[in-house]
Amino acid sequence: MSWLTLYSQLTGVNKHSTSLGKVWLSVLLFFRIMILMLAAEKVWGDEKSEFSCNTLSPGCESVCYDHYFPISHIRLWCLQLIFVSTPALLVAMYVAYNKHGTKRVILRSGNENIEGDLKALKNKRLPITGQLWWIYFFSLLLRLLFEGGFMYALYTIYGSFYISRAVLCNVKPCENQANCYISRPTEKTIFTIFMVVSSSLCILLNLAELFYLIAKALIRSFQLSNRRQDCNHLASKFEEAIPMEKQTSPKY
Amino acid sequence: MPLTPPAEPDLEPKMNWASFYAVISGVNRHSTGIGRIWLSVLFLFRLLVLVVAAESAWGDEKSGFTCNTEQPGCNSVCYDHFFPISHIRLWALQLILVSTPALLVAMHVAHRRHIDKKMLKISGRGSPKDLEQIKNQKFKITGALWWTYMISLFFRVFFEAAFMYIFYMIYPGYKMFRLVKCDSYPCPNTVDCFVSRPTEKTIFTVFMLAVSGVCILLNIAEGIFLVGRACSRHFRDAQDSPIGALFMQKLFSY
Repeated sequence: MSWLTLYSQLTGVNKHSTSLGKVWLSVLLFFRIMILMLAAEKVWGDEKSEFSCNTLSPGCESVCYDHYFPISHIRLWCLQLIFVSTPALLVAMYVAYNKHGTKRVILRSGNENIEGDLKALKNKRLPITGQLWWIYFFSLLLRLLFEGGFMYALYTIYGSFYISRAVLCNVKPCENQANCYISRPTEKTIFTIFMVVSSSLCILLNLAELFYLIAKALIRSFQLSNRRQDCNHLASKFEEAIPMEKQTSPKY
Repeated sequence: MPLTPPAEPDLEPKMNWASFYAVISGVNRHSTGIGRIWLSVLFLFRLLVLVVAAESAWGDEKSGFTCNTEQPGCNSVCYDHFFPISHIRLWALQLILVSTPALLVAMHVAHRRHIDKKMLKISGRGSPKDLEQIKNQKFKITGALWWTYMISLFFRVFFEAAFMYIFYMIYPGYKMFRLVKCDSYPCPNTVDCFVSRPTEKTIFTVFMLAVSGVCILLNIAEGIFLVGRACSRHFRDAQDSPIGALFMQKLFSY
């Protein structure tokens, strides 16, 4: 049970996404999850053990570390990635539910080519209209909410994305102000900026996908209303034509 | 140089969270919609968070626990006094015990399939295609399976609530303190002991408790849904039968 399980679930969602959604998924997987797993975790690996303060007071280092790092960047990003990935699974659940219903209908129909139909259903890509559109839209909103929420939390907890080399700490039981030195601050700053930029890119992609979905829905409803108008127009012309024919047709 | 035979490949199934996940997700097929949501919440917000985040936050809980004393053994004794069982171990136990009632349902389904296969073979229609169909058949949650499912739901809620209570008894309050005062033997007097990463631990404790609460609510909702469905099915069947119609007539005459 690890990032690989989440990775395999997410790649299954890829099929039912828009093109922007697929780009978002790739950015999420390669620039965030993989970077976190393969690089960032090692950078933050010794964050506590190498956090040293210029004091011999027992407990001072522990308390100062807790004061300046209430929650580690790595844990925050792990939670962010889990929360941000989950709405996409809503769409996958809806598609699975929908396909299950259709599968039942196929099995009851008693057609000859059931296996072929079932296989076609398995590989079918549902169009993003109707209920699926709303669920997709809702999942996009949730993604944006979680991304924005976690970025705000990171900024609120740490004040800035820059990690300094040393911090001044005078929390009890430290006797007076102690200089505490953070391990690998430049590397951590680089990775923090990288993750923040990837997060922002994901937010932009989600916003673009949102506008794309809304635009597509508007165009589709506009086309539908045009077609309805044309049909009504044709129907009214047809009705006008019929009474004329009734008058001219011979009575038996 | 002595020739050593090549090492045999490790064919034994590994006991880890991945194999646990594989076993439990197999139960997914026989669950209701709410049951599947519960399973997803369990895997994503509890198991995954535990494995990728919480375990590393608690990783140095013993080595990072420092007491203001040079007395040998005081550190160890104080840690043991304040943390009789680590949060991580409690959560791991909770996850395992809460997920296992779902296996009751899987066992019941396997038993029914076995009976069906036997009946087919006795009746002489045991073709491979029919046996394959039985293997993939999805059973409706009615009759004895309904009762098994309700019992498994009851145990799930019971274990969740029991662990929440145990948690409360061992660690009253959700907050992890930075400083604890310890005077257990062999500490010479009351010494200050400092806990590693208390704020991070508090955040994760609150998170895991909240998700536990959500899981309890989902299980209760699923129970109510199943009872409601059974009642509506009962009423529908009662209306069809003559005795049921008589009963309904008497009921509505009051």
